[in-house]
Amino acid sequence: MASITEASLREAITQRLGAIHVEVTDMSGGCGQAFTSLIVSPQFEDLKSLKRHRLVNTALKDEIAAIHAWTAKCQTPQEWEKEKDTAAPSLDGTVGGHVEGTSQ
Amino acid sequence: MFSRSLASSFLRQAARPAAAASRAPLSAFRAPISPLTPFQIRLLSDTTRTAIDKAIASAPVVLFMKGTPETPQCGFSRAVIQILGIQGVSPEKFAAFNVLEDPELRAGIKEYSDWPTIPQLYVDKQFVGGCDILVSMHQNGDLQKLFEEQKVLVEGEEGEKKE
Repeated sequence: MASITEASLREAITQRLGAIHVEVTDMSGGCGQAFTSLIVSPQFEDLKSLKRHRLVNTALKDEIAAIHAWTAKCQTPQEWEKEKDTAAPSLDGTVGGHVEGTSQ
Repeated sequence: MFSRSLASSFLRQAARPAAAASRAPLSAFRAPISPLTPFQIRLLSDTTRTAIDKAIASAPVVLFMKGTPETPQCGFSRAVIQILGIQGVSPEKFAAFNVLEDPELRAGIKEYSDWPTIPQLYVDKQFVGGCDILVSMHQNGDLQKLFEEQKVLVEGEEGEKKE
């Protein structure tokens, strides 16, 4: 697979999940191994958190398998509308926005 | 081997009551190595599946993580350990398995749970989620509710509530 970048992930998410808004941030410090994302899609409607993540994991199966760390925040358009100003990809599990142990 | 690791984890619990127990790799993963057919390589082996079944049943709250509760080797595993600590999960009701000690477990648990990343949390043998899900459940109160229902919190001590 071609190397995974913020742009390639954004495109894949938009296409495969019908996302209306996507933010992808490389948190590996540049080695392209760790990404965090905010995905807004109507496909998450009526799905619980676990189901939403499973949907994303399935859509991005190959990509996620190829990188070291993957974080997603999955919102419906309605949820996103409410916290649009503050919503951003999650940085939980990172140190200052970078993930540790990317060599593992 | 399993019992030895249990004994040592109890010692560690005694010494550090707040710290969660960690256990050595599953003994079933030490099965004699036999040549694998391509078919076996592609599928989660019965041995691995049985070992994971046992691991998940070994405590009410089971975490598959990178590193140990005392020294997590990954920020996501560390975040989950911190959440379990804040919630006040009882060390007696908790078991952690270090996937870095066991390549077969590391690969197997992903397939078993149909979940591509580690850490992974099981409560009462049910898959709850990874770091993202646990963080959001911690923040919205669902995790506390789940732990209270399952009676896995340290008695007489309410989990610290997050605003």
